[in-house]
Amino acid sequence: MFAQLRSKKQIAFMPFVPAGYPDLETTGKLLPALESAGASIIEVGIPFSDPIADGPVIQEAFTRALEKKLKLAEVFATVKKVRSSVSIPLVAMVSVSVAFRYGIERFAATLKESGFDGLILPDLPPPEAASISAHIRAAGLDTILLVAPTTSKDRRAEIARLSSGFIYYLSVAGITGERNQLPVELADGVKSMKSLTDRPVCVGFGVSTPQHLKQLAGVADGAIVGSAVVRRMKEKAHDGADAIVAAVSTYCRDLLSLVR
Amino acid sequence: MWVMNAAATSLPPLSSVPDALGHFGPYGGTFVPETLIAALQQLDAEYTKAKNDPTFQEQFEYYLREFVGRPSRLYHARRLSEKWGGAKVYLKREDLNHTGAHKINNCIGQALLTQRMGKKRIIAETGAGQHGVATATVGALFDLQTDVYMGAEDVRRQSLNVFRMKLMGASVREVHSGLKTLKDALNEAMRDWMGSVDSTHYIIGSVAGPHPFPMMVRDFQSCIGREARQQCIEKEGRLPDAIIACVGGGSNAAGIFYPFIDDREVKMIGVEAGGRGSALGQHAATLCAGKPGVLHGSLSYVLQDEDGQTADVHSVSAGLDYPGVGPEHSFWKDSGRVEYCCITDQEALDAFEEVARLEGILPALESAHAFAQAAKVATKMTKEQILMINCSGRGDKDCQEVARLINR
Repeated sequence: MFAQLRSKKQIAFMPFVPAGYPDLETTGKLLPALESAGASIIEVGIPFSDPIADGPVIQEAFTRALEKKLKLAEVFATVKKVRSSVSIPLVAMVSVSVAFRYGIERFAATLKESGFDGLILPDLPPPEAASISAHIRAAGLDTILLVAPTTSKDRRAEIARLSSGFIYYLSVAGITGERNQLPVELADGVKSMKSLTDRPVCVGFGVSTPQHLKQLAGVADGAIVGSAVVRRMKEKAHDGADAIVAAVSTYCRDLLSLVR
Repeated sequence: MWVMNAAATSLPPLSSVPDALGHFGPYGGTFVPETLIAALQQLDAEYTKAKNDPTFQEQFEYYLREFVGRPSRLYHARRLSEKWGGAKVYLKREDLNHTGAHKINNCIGQALLTQRMGKKRIIAETGAGQHGVATATVGALFDLQTDVYMGAEDVRRQSLNVFRMKLMGASVREVHSGLKTLKDALNEAMRDWMGSVDSTHYIIGSVAGPHPFPMMVRDFQSCIGREARQQCIEKEGRLPDAIIACVGGGSNAAGIFYPFIDDREVKMIGVEAGGRGSALGQHAATLCAGKPGVLHGSLSYVLQDEDGQTADVHSVSAGLDYPGVGPEHSFWKDSGRVEYCCITDQEALDAFEEVARLEGILPALESAHAFAQAAKVATKMTKEQILMINCSGRGDKDCQEVARLINR
């Protein structure tokens, strides 16, 4: 899939949606709609009670979903139900806390069975990632690990070796959330990462405007957009699933206007 | 009851953990976003250097002695011994430290490391406010900009400590997420650190969090146990038969237990918060009722639901009101070396009053949990036996809350 986009010289667009926010109906409708709106991959965030890497927007979405007693089994069932109407890859993002309690092997197998293609564990760096990523790969899922601006060169190589699918490159040292500008040193950071690996490198954290995507095109293989999507969901949270889907789709098309 | 069983005596030396990656048997490790790894590695390297640097050790001991007032006393609690009618009871008086609790020991150590790393700002989480006060204290002492995260519920319960922190120049950042207690304060401090890691050191206040914190905090707090060991030998010519300490994250317990951990004849008991009852959400008895899981950077026992979501917890004591526990305690529990039990809110409040009346000492509500368990244990011991309680902090900070609870 990245090869196809690369040949078209297009950047992959990866929106993030928190599962079960504001309800599972919305999640089920958003996945096919996001594909129609130009998504290349969809990142499905599984709510966690203590997301230390997340800013207020995603935290609040997770809190609201969990307040309604969202269960993992319901997330799996919802994705499974709509999977046939979505042709692009789906990756799950979840705290290792949730995966560990479920049992890593069982968790990976259940994700695969529900129709997921990969798994991002944002709080699982090497060396702890080594044995766990083997279990995830054994289940037939890609293991997507994070690289931060603060990551040393040796660790970047190690993370590339343990990853499959793509590498999640953090634009900033910080938490998730929209930022006006991407750091100037980001392009060099991504370039140095790409010199260490053939795997696609996708940039997330802070990415939120059409200009950001234009800036990243030609530098990174993909752009991950989370809080900006969730903020638009929140604005329509009381207007029903269709209103949320419409708002998010409009935003995504606008976001892609300078790169497609 | 006081003879270690055969299985326990055949265990390998327990003092040799953690390994280089911070593993205490299966527990511990480093489960945090990659963003923090560089800072944790820097801290680990700096701490390893400092540990072997006589100049650092001298500095650390200087401040413990001249500023904190160590060694803290090992005091024979005559009236409690008589009342409980069994063991000879000794109190390790951490409540007499400057700032009123054991927390300052660790803060001195980490503040010195902050200086060595060339960082100018420190952050901390706090529950009861004791660690926040200790952090604010070293912030003033070493001229470091200080921000303390504290749950809004704890800000209410511990208003005296909030005022103390502000007086010493710290900013207190009220946290309104979750149940607005210690866990939520820790989340916010971690988030701050994610974005400030270049210039800021996060002084974690317990033996929890990612490596090297559980090891490093234990080492800094081990002055408690080292002194207690020597003092007990001086006074009684031998080691105690049992040691009791309360366990939230577990730093005061780790500090007093660790120097005795290979002395198998010394029985150790960690006391958790039993809160209002045994249902999930009503207590904070992580080791008694939890299961292994990942929280705040390490693998340890944790109170979670079956989906891995952190459970709500409750304790009358803000310092014990936490759904996790340090990984070394999980290791000690599984090995059978330390026995863990819990004490209810009411039992702790009763002990608070009993210790005040009989000894003229107001223990922190956290420490009152240890006293309540000690009362149960002491009566089953003989007069020749020695029971040591870690009086980890003073209770002045709790007076308002205790007054509210006993007058209702």
